[in-house]
Amino acid sequence: MIFTALVVFLGGTIWTIVYSFTNSKLLPRLRFVGLDQYDRLWSTPRWLASIENLFIYGILSLILSLLIGFILAALLDQKIRFEDTFRTIFLYPFALSFIVTGLVWQWLLNPDFGVQSVVRSLGWDSFTFNPLYDQRIVIYGLLIAGLWQGTGLVMCLMLAGLRGIDEDIWKAARVDGIPMWKTYLFIVVPMMRPVFITTLVIIASGIVRLYDLVVAQTSGGPGHASEVPAKYVYDYMFAAQNLGQGFAASTMMLLSVVIVVVPWAYLEFGGRDRRV
Amino acid sequence: MASVSIRNLDLSFGDVKVLQNLNLEIEEGEFLVLLGSSGCGKSTLLNCIAGLLDITDGQIFINDHNVTWEQPKDRGIGMVFQSYALYPQMTVEGNLAFGLKNARVPRDEITKRIKETAELLHIEPLLKRKPAQLSGGQRQRVAIGRALVRDVDIFLFDEPLSNLDAKLRAELRVEIKRLHQQLDSNTMIYVTHDQIEAMTLADRIAIMRGGAVQQLAAPHTIYDKPLNKYVAGFIGSPSINFLDGTIEAGTNPVFVAGDSRIGLNRYEFSNGGTMPEKATFGMRPEHVAVGEQASGQPFTAEISIEVVEPMGADTLVWSHLGGQEFRFRIDGQTKLSSGEKVIIGFDPARASLFDADTELRL
Amino acid sequence: MSNPATLAVTAAGADAAAGMMSDPRGARPRKILSRRNIFIYGTLTVVALYYLLPLYVMVVTSLKGMPEIRVGNVFAPPLEITFEPWVKAWAKACTGLNCDGLSRGFWNSVRITVPSVIISIAIASINGYALANWRFKGANLFFTILIVGAFIPYQVMIYPVVIILRELGVYGTLTGLVIVHTIFGMPINTLLFRNYFASVPEELFKAARVDGAGFWGIYFRIMMPMSLPIFVVAMIIQVTGIWNDFLFGVVYTKPETYPMTVQLNNIVNSVQGVKEYNVNMAATIITGLVPLLVYFISGKLFVRGIAAGAVKG
Repeated sequence: MIFTALVVFLGGTIWTIVYSFTNSKLLPRLRFVGLDQYDRLWSTPRWLASIENLFIYGILSLILSLLIGFILAALLDQKIRFEDTFRTIFLYPFALSFIVTGLVWQWLLNPDFGVQSVVRSLGWDSFTFNPLYDQRIVIYGLLIAGLWQGTGLVMCLMLAGLRGIDEDIWKAARVDGIPMWKTYLFIVVPMMRPVFITTLVIIASGIVRLYDLVVAQTSGGPGHASEVPAKYVYDYMFAAQNLGQGFAASTMMLLSVVIVVVPWAYLEFGGRDRRV
Repeated sequence: MASVSIRNLDLSFGDVKVLQNLNLEIEEGEFLVLLGSSGCGKSTLLNCIAGLLDITDGQIFINDHNVTWEQPKDRGIGMVFQSYALYPQMTVEGNLAFGLKNARVPRDEITKRIKETAELLHIEPLLKRKPAQLSGGQRQRVAIGRALVRDVDIFLFDEPLSNLDAKLRAELRVEIKRLHQQLDSNTMIYVTHDQIEAMTLADRIAIMRGGAVQQLAAPHTIYDKPLNKYVAGFIGSPSINFLDGTIEAGTNPVFVAGDSRIGLNRYEFSNGGTMPEKATFGMRPEHVAVGEQASGQPFTAEISIEVVEPMGADTLVWSHLGGQEFRFRIDGQTKLSSGEKVIIGFDPARASLFDADTELRL
Repeated sequence: MSNPATLAVTAAGADAAAGMMSDPRGARPRKILSRRNIFIYGTLTVVALYYLLPLYVMVVTSLKGMPEIRVGNVFAPPLEITFEPWVKAWAKACTGLNCDGLSRGFWNSVRITVPSVIISIAIASINGYALANWRFKGANLFFTILIVGAFIPYQVMIYPVVIILRELGVYGTLTGLVIVHTIFGMPINTLLFRNYFASVPEELFKAARVDGAGFWGIYFRIMMPMSLPIFVVAMIIQVTGIWNDFLFGVVYTKPETYPMTVQLNNIVNSVQGVKEYNVNMAATIITGLVPLLVYFISGKLFVRGIAAGAVKG
């Protein structure tokens, strides 16, 4: 059964890559056109916008979720009371689907009833925060929702990493008179490098697949301002009936994931297996 | 002048009292070992001295300076941990320098101190390496170096050898002893559960149990004159024989266990001679003589041998005396076999006698 | 046992007290409102409020009537509590095609999730068990592929799977979606079980073999009872993953077989008619309820589950 899954995975992937070199429209057809689909892909403004969006979203999401996740984990690691309560609160959004996340934030950021109108009703009449209907900042609207959903996971991974640090290291640093922020920055964070790398890969591969959130929260709009590659793929495959384009776009997605994951998998598992 | 002085120290975690009304005076240049089984509070006490744990009540003085509320770095201590606690991404040199840099010690002073420390511990060739490239013994040397380089008066060791294998442990034990002799004005406080480490290293041993010091004395005193039954049983390997019995008081007091009557004329009572009825008689296996050597002893008895455990240099023999299990240690050359009957003897003056109820030395 | 937190908490107190008392004894005076504590708890509380806000707004909105929503703001508690939106979301909300509410999607999701979870865990655990005890050539390569496979974006596989499902005649049916979920849940779950079973001491297998247990005997009588936690972890991953899935649902089902997430999105984002925000929010809560329940009930096992399942698509 696991082999069946592998055959489907590998076979399906290869099939898609092969057909990305064809001019399949409504139905897959083996009429090869070389790199035409890729040429067209990279000259389509919508695809370029998708890539740009993914880039902005991806980089900010990586940095912010690692930063916030680590800070929250470090705060929770201070032997505080109510640790479980706080952790439960920070993590619950992760249990929710991106669809639910997107819809909630769509409502919260609604310009007529949400955050903007509330701030205005408090007396700040000129306050403008309308990410869902403003092409320039719509991606930040997605980012807010994405961070809300995913930071809890990063926090949990970081907390596990922090708990894995030898207690004696903390004691040694205290006896040495090293201030706490320096201990974190120069000793603990470098020690947690594997945790950071794993977390990074997990977040990054999630970002490439970003789809549901966009569909639910903005439907790619306004205009094409919040389009992302995964949505491009779906739309071309199942709505625009231009399979070749969809295959080419999905192959590009695969490529980006391979670039992120393979070096990591090699480091992480290649090394470990040799020891076994 | 005491180098470290602990007065009326209490420590509780919530309702659990970990240390209770603990008093301890440690002389300058002394090597004090805190010995006890796990959970006795020895490491906790060390952490309190280091300032890594907040005490609930009491005071701690270091060099007559009240440090009860001082930060660890301001207490003039260096500490060595069981897990070494080296900073993994720094070189050995970096590990030694990190604390000094933070204390804003001038650069050439840092270089000088690292050089001296490395020479003292024979780790000069390792300075450019990272901890992962070192063996366990080398790591622990570096960890000791990190404490040394701080140029402090008090060294705290928290089970530093427990993660090493037996051979390395013996090597580093000698090394630490040599170090203490070289730095003779430095006070060392050393936590361990290993009685051999304690006996070989210590000027004085504090045996701890349940958050309190059971006995604080030189190693041989603890071995010869344990203050209570717990200490007697804890120190010594193979452990001491305990015979439960009664005392027939009088001008010639006698300890009676089953059919054995052991005269106590030669025993030095430390409590002024009040004798309880029930008592426990402790005799170390290595103080029992066998065969011809037994005949000159004040007490002799005939026993039958049950199990013989040859251990090379000597042999441990299991038998019964006064109806209770009794072991003794003989020279490895002496051949005995199970079922054989032999005469054993010992001198009650070398025994330890405890009140059966209070378990205190009589 | 010591911890930088407690230590530094007292540091602030010590500084404050050092000047006042010349003969310190006893515990360092702790100030509950030290700057440090204010910082830690303050930050955590603010962040916690930010995290709770959407949940609060969802609940509040779903209990208001539309007129009240139009005049008030999203944060205001309802003046008049009404459960009408909930009823409507469940039974009457329109997706653009039909108007029988979320209930259809809910039952579809149940009929998808239950068999998918059971089948995929049964298969994955047996696979994992077999792989853990069966060292074959190229095992390392195999597991590396498995892990990388877990990262492959589904987008490159969805179309070929459409073709396969069409060939099997199950495209657009619940059965088809169950098959898809089972196959796509396979790598991560197999890996999970394999790693767990591999950590079981080999002596246990040997002992069981000596005692005459076979492949299935060892699996059912020894491995399964002792690995209950990992089964729960796998269940958490699968239930939340499958329930929350949107992509497979939208690709492989038809309107009458849509799972809940797809239907919810259609209800909320349908362009027809007046937007009923209260009904939308009620529908959103109802959809999120199952994974939330799983989360709150499973507690710490959930944390273990996400650490393992985070790599899953």
